[in-house]
Parts: sequence; structure tokens; C-alpha cells
Amino acid sequence: MKNRLLAGLAGVVLAVALAGAQAKTFKYADQGDALSMDPMMLNESLLLNFTGNMYEPLIERGKKLELAPGLATDWKQTAPTVWRFTLRKGVKFHDGTPFTADDVIFSYERAKGEGSDIKSYVGAVKEIKKIDDHTIDIVTSTPFPILPQVITQWRMMSKAWCEKHNAVNPSDVRKGVENYASTHANGTGPFMLKAREPGVRTVLVPNPNWWGKKEHNLTEAIFTPIGNNATRVAALISGEIDMMQPVPLQDVARINANPKLKVLQGPELRTIFLGMDQARNELLFSNVKGKNPLKDVRVRRAFYQAIDIVAIQKRIMRGASTPTALMVAPGINGFDKSLNGRYPYDPKAAKKLLADAGYAQGFEIGMNCPNDRYVNDAEICQAVAAMLAKVSVKVNLTAEPKATYFPKILKRDTSFYLLGWTPGSYDSHNPLFALMATPAAEPKGQGQFNLGSYSNKRLDALTAKISSETDPQKRQAMISEAFKIHKEEFGHIPLHQQALSWGMKKGVHLVQLADNFNYLRWVTIE
Amino acid sequence: MLAVGVIAFALFRYVGDPVVFMLGQDATPEDRQRMTEALDLDKPFYLQYAKFVGRALQGEFGLSLHQLRPVSTIILERLPATLELSFVAALLALLSGLWFGVYTALRRESWLAHLIQAASLIGVSLPTFLIGILLILIFSVTLGWLPSFGRGETVSIGWWSTGLLTASGLKALILPSITLGLFQMTLIQRLVRSEMLEVLRTDYIKFARARGLSDRAIHFGHALKNTLVPVITITGLQLGAIIAFAIITETVFQWPGMGLLFIQSVTVADVPVMAAYLCLIALFFVVINLVVDLLYYMVDPRLRIERAAAH
Repeated sequence: MKNRLLAGLAGVVLAVALAGAQAKTFKYADQGDALSMDPMMLNESLLLNFTGNMYEPLIERGKKLELAPGLATDWKQTAPTVWRFTLRKGVKFHDGTPFTADDVIFSYERAKGEGSDIKSYVGAVKEIKKIDDHTIDIVTSTPFPILPQVITQWRMMSKAWCEKHNAVNPSDVRKGVENYASTHANGTGPFMLKAREPGVRTVLVPNPNWWGKKEHNLTEAIFTPIGNNATRVAALISGEIDMMQPVPLQDVARINANPKLKVLQGPELRTIFLGMDQARNELLFSNVKGKNPLKDVRVRRAFYQAIDIVAIQKRIMRGASTPTALMVAPGINGFDKSLNGRYPYDPKAAKKLLADAGYAQGFEIGMNCPNDRYVNDAEICQAVAAMLAKVSVKVNLTAEPKATYFPKILKRDTSFYLLGWTPGSYDSHNPLFALMATPAAEPKGQGQFNLGSYSNKRLDALTAKISSETDPQKRQAMISEAFKIHKEEFGHIPLHQQALSWGMKKGVHLVQLADNFNYLRWVTIE
Repeated sequence: MLAVGVIAFALFRYVGDPVVFMLGQDATPEDRQRMTEALDLDKPFYLQYAKFVGRALQGEFGLSLHQLRPVSTIILERLPATLELSFVAALLALLSGLWFGVYTALRRESWLAHLIQAASLIGVSLPTFLIGILLILIFSVTLGWLPSFGRGETVSIGWWSTGLLTASGLKALILPSITLGLFQMTLIQRLVRSEMLEVLRTDYIKFARARGLSDRAIHFGHALKNTLVPVITITGLQLGAIIAFAIITETVFQWPGMGLLFIQSVTVADVPVMAAYLCLIALFFVVINLVVDLLYYMVDPRLRIERAAAH
């Protein structure tokens, strides 16, 4: 008995020693958890990123966000509204079932169906026709040139598996039942779900049968949400985790000073901007009665030129931001460098503009700001308030948590607010349509986040045309024209793109995508 | 508990709108409106509350709006972590508080007693999150002895997951339980000390000494026993407080308990989880008070005699 125990023990020790020699466990942390393992449940970057390790789209994003073949090896437009996709052969889901055209059609139905939050990515698709097991035609309702761009976040799920586990639709809170797919996963991707404890820890292991060429060297990845900034930094410094993000800006220098650690910073696709109420005839929270100063383009320009963006970049963002004059970042399809020069910071000119508009003595205005959504969001608003005070505009700032901030501004209960936006489609049409076009009932969602109701008919018309223009050059010209109108009318005040900041051990190598995605398939550890 | 529910539901309206976090930025206004109606968020709070009570009575707390999993499952998953942390912290507070209290009462003039007194002042006055971060800084970052976050490896016994049976689980428990128990420990220590000094001056202690009893018998058999009634009251009530205030410690150490769950739920306005958590905490307080009352009978013979005489 004793001998057997000893032998068993020796075996365990040996196994542990062997595993220790080869095991490459990557432990990483984020401030929040991926809400669900269902890639269609919420259109939010962390969830899309995390499930993207297990589930794959037809068309991938490469290391520079360029389009790359995923589960489709080839795609081409065969008619203005028809796209022919050739599917990758020999691909198997984690449970061993083969991936075919039926799964694509199923994933389309699921993505546009009840409970899905990624409807917008397949919104332009009218139907999908199966030609054979590995060829499909995607038919759009109108000519839709950016289809390949838009469907990169639409991931393929197994028809058989979803039907077997009663997960044909994503979880729906209204039905009051839990969904198998929110805690289990069965994709085609390079990683498989090994353990899932929501809000605590999620463990992924490599998929030995993955179709692609393996670039990582991991044997396991453990993801932990750590909400508290100080704790997350401490966990990295003490070596308990290999990588974490975001690094609070005040800790960047400290981590960089540590010989074992480094901070990887890069521009993010999200643009931070200020919006102004241009719809009401009288501002909600102001001492100006009977009229709305923000309807006057001179006042909006005065606000713009009173803001010292370089000071915000240096003092508040500690260098970790890129000032912008456009509502989109470089890397978004349609970005036009020639339009990205800001109007200069000039408080004198701002004062004169205000005087010309009849507000030489300035006025009071209410401002709304989140304090837990973007990097140093409340501090940015405080700085803006102080800068506007110098041109006699008194800003009464309300900074509050996102849980109360967003309901308020979505009801348009605001005159002056701060917001950030990343186009989910990586294309300029999305911000033009959602942020800059006049709010309207049709088409659905137009101007939904244009919370100050900036309105220009020409921009609206251009936006509609851009959505179906197939000639890239004509399309770019229209995008640039729309951006120029918006810039010259000061529809919003773009501030900057905040920087990503990821902290990690020096031996960790990975690819930092500008949409803040960190795919495990590119992670190697020494 | 019912009252807690009413107040909670009246306040939830000010926490924010969960729908904002349930749908991504590309959802249409119609989607949002449908979701709001489906969740009854457009109804007045007393109707929402009535519905909640009606379902809670059947043991049904609904789905978390955030995780889309049953609230009861989520809370049961998180309950062991909080209870283990709280009980270890309370035990730590009670034992070391008692020991330090007795020591400082008996050896009032020794340098160690002065040191403990001074240290306990710090324990009473420093906020919990600061203590937690200081401990992380010293023992995780600088010395690298103990983990800064999480629960370590856990073992499942039925639905109960325990960290008490693995080395990493026990190591992970040290810093959070000290952080959580420190305030209670200093409280108990100061209480025991002052009660003990009080009792040591009483006549029956003098008689006991006159009878020639050993110091040991006097101090622990008579003096300590007589100080225990207020100590039990305080410890008992504080146990409820420990469970409830574990929120802060759990947030600092990313301890996967109910407190952390509650904070996560507040940030996304996950009403069903918040409601269930608050009701559960209220239940804990009720049960603990009951247990404390029963304990009195065990420790204080006078209560038993009075009761017997009344019959």
C-alpha cells in the first residue's frame, strides 16, 4: 500500500515536473469580464475579442486590421448586390463536426434573430444562398461595398451544436432562461474553452486541430478580470499575471521603470469628442433665455478654439493621446489626413467670436460627463470647463458614473456632453450615420447618437449615398466632403484618440490591435 | 427584510438604466424600447417590487440582466467565497482580539501592551481599502510572499467551493482576512481590555484573590468569563457587518464573493442581483441577531435563572 502510494506520488511529481518544463501558461487580466461566451450576445469589444479566440468569422482582421481570409478562403462581388464566398474546406468545430455552408446560414439567422446584439453587422444582408457545401452567395438588399469590412465581427457557430443544446438564439433575458452557449463554446478557432467561472476566471487551451498555422506558443491561457486599478497594477508588478490592461496613466512611468516590465502604448480607434445641443430653442441648463447660443456656429467655433488640446494631451493624458480634428481615427476606412488639421487654440479669437455672436459677457451652460467610461474622462471635462471659463463661459459640470450618465444623455437631457465612439464596422459610414446625420425615424438608427441633433441636409444626403456607392474613389470623395461640412460647421468638437496602454512582462510578445483587441493566437511567452 | 426590499427598489431608479449595458452601440431605439418594456422598467417601483416579492416567495429571483444567468445560481457560486472570508476574518479578529485584549489588560505597563494599544489605534482609524492596498504593496509587490488578488485554487464539495483545502487557497486568504478582520480585531481588543480592567477592580475578584486562587483561575475562569457578554454581542453584530462590508475588501483583492458581485452589478445597474444580495444580507443580520441572543443564555447563567424563576 505504502509503496503504491509512493509510486503514485512519484508519478505525480514527475508529471508536474514535465508539465513545468513545457507549460506556457499566459495569465492576463482586464478591468472587466467578457460577459458571455456567446459571440452574439453583446456588441462590445471585450466580449467580441475574447470569444474571437474560439469563434471565427468568414473574414478576419490581420495584425494591422487589414482584411484576411478566415473561414472563407476567397470572396468576390459577382453582381452589385451579390457576393460569392468560398468556404475553407476541412475545418472542424471543437466538437469534431465539420464546418459547412449550413453553419454559415444558421449563423446568419442567429445573428439577425431574437436576442442577438450584432444585428447591425448583418443588417445589410438580405439572404444567404447555398451553392454547395463550401460555396455561398451573400445577397444584400442594396449595393453594399463594405460588406467584407462589416462582417468581420460576425462569427460562425455550429448549427448541430446549437440545436442540440437549445441555443439556437442567444440568451434572451425576457425568456428568463439561461443559455448553454453563454457558458460553453464550440467554435472553429485556435482556442477552446476549458473552464468558465463568470466574473472570476476563464481558462482556454489551444485547439490541436485548428486549420491555421500556429503562431503562439501557449499551452493554456487564464483570463481574470481585476476591477481595482491598484490591485491590477500590483498583480502585474508582483509577477502573478503576465499581462494586463488598461494601465492607469499615472502608473505608466512606474511600470516602465521596472526592469522586468514594459508598457505597450498605441493609438486606439476610439475618438473622444464633445457634443452640443443644436436642436432646442432654449438651452436646458443655461442663463440665456429665449434662445440657444449653440445654434450659432460662431459660438460653437469659439468653444472649439477656447480648448487647448495640447494642454489636455500633456497634462491630463500624460502624452497618451493623439489630438484629432476628425470624428474618425487613422485606420478607419474613409479617414482623410488632409482634413485632420485642427483649428488653432486661440482664446482671443474665441472671445471675439462670442462677442460677435452677442455674448461678450459670456453665459452659463450645463455640461454632462461620464467619470468611469473613458481614460480620464471627468478630468478632461474639468479642464474644458476651466478653459471655457477663461472666455467667460461658465460651465456647470456634472460628472457621474456611466450607469446614470448614458440614460440621461440618450434621452437628450443635456446641452453639452462628452462621448467616445469606435465605429464597429471600421468604416466612416458608421459615425456619419450614427453621430453626424440628422436624427430620424427612417432609416432606423440614423442620428441615434447625434445627441445634440446637429443637422445638415447635404451631409444626410451624402451619408445615404455613401452606404451604397461601390466605387472606392467616389465613395472616399463623398466621405471627405461630408467630413469637411461637419468640420466647418463645428457639428461636434473632436478632441483626441486616447492611447491604448497595456502592461506586460518583458518576455511577452503580442500584437496590439488598434481596436483594443488582443488575440491569443499571436501571443508568445519566453 | 421587506423594508430593505422597499427601500432598495425605491433607490434602484437612481442607479441607472440597465438597458444601456444590455445592448451595444448599434442597437436601434426600438430595440431599447422593447427591452425596457420587457423588463418592466417603465413601471413604477412598487409594481416592480411586488413582482419581485411574488417571485422571491417561490424561490425565483429571475435572471441577472448582465450575465443572463439565474441570480440564485450566481449568488450560490459567490456565497462560499464571502462566507469563508468573513468567518476566517471574524475568527481571526475574535481570537487575536481576545488575546491582545487580555494581554494588554493584565500587563498594562509592558512595552508590548503599549505597542498593541498604539497599533490598534491605527487599525481603528485607517480605512479598509487603504489597509488592503498597503498589505498588497508590502507582501505581494515588495516581498512577493502572498498573492495580491483572487482566491487561489479551490476545491468543490458539492456546490460549495472552498479555498481552505489547498495551499494557494490558504495563502490567498491571508491578506484579505487580515484586511477585513483588522478593524473588528482592534475593536474587540479595546473592548476586552476595558471590560477586563473594569472586572478586575470588582469585589469578587478581590475575594477570589483572598481565597488564594491562582492567577490563572482568576483571570481566565472568572474575569474573562465575565467580560464575555458584551464581547459576544459586539462580535455577533460585527459578523453581520463583516459579511456586509466585505464589499470593500473583496473589491480591493478581486475576491470572487458576493460583495464584488454587488459592486459589479451596481456599475451596470443589474437590479435583480442587487435586490437579491440586499435581501440576503438582511437575512444574515436577522439570523445572526437571533443566534447572539441565544448565546447569551449559554454564557450568562443569570438569564437562565431569571427565566426559570419566572415559570
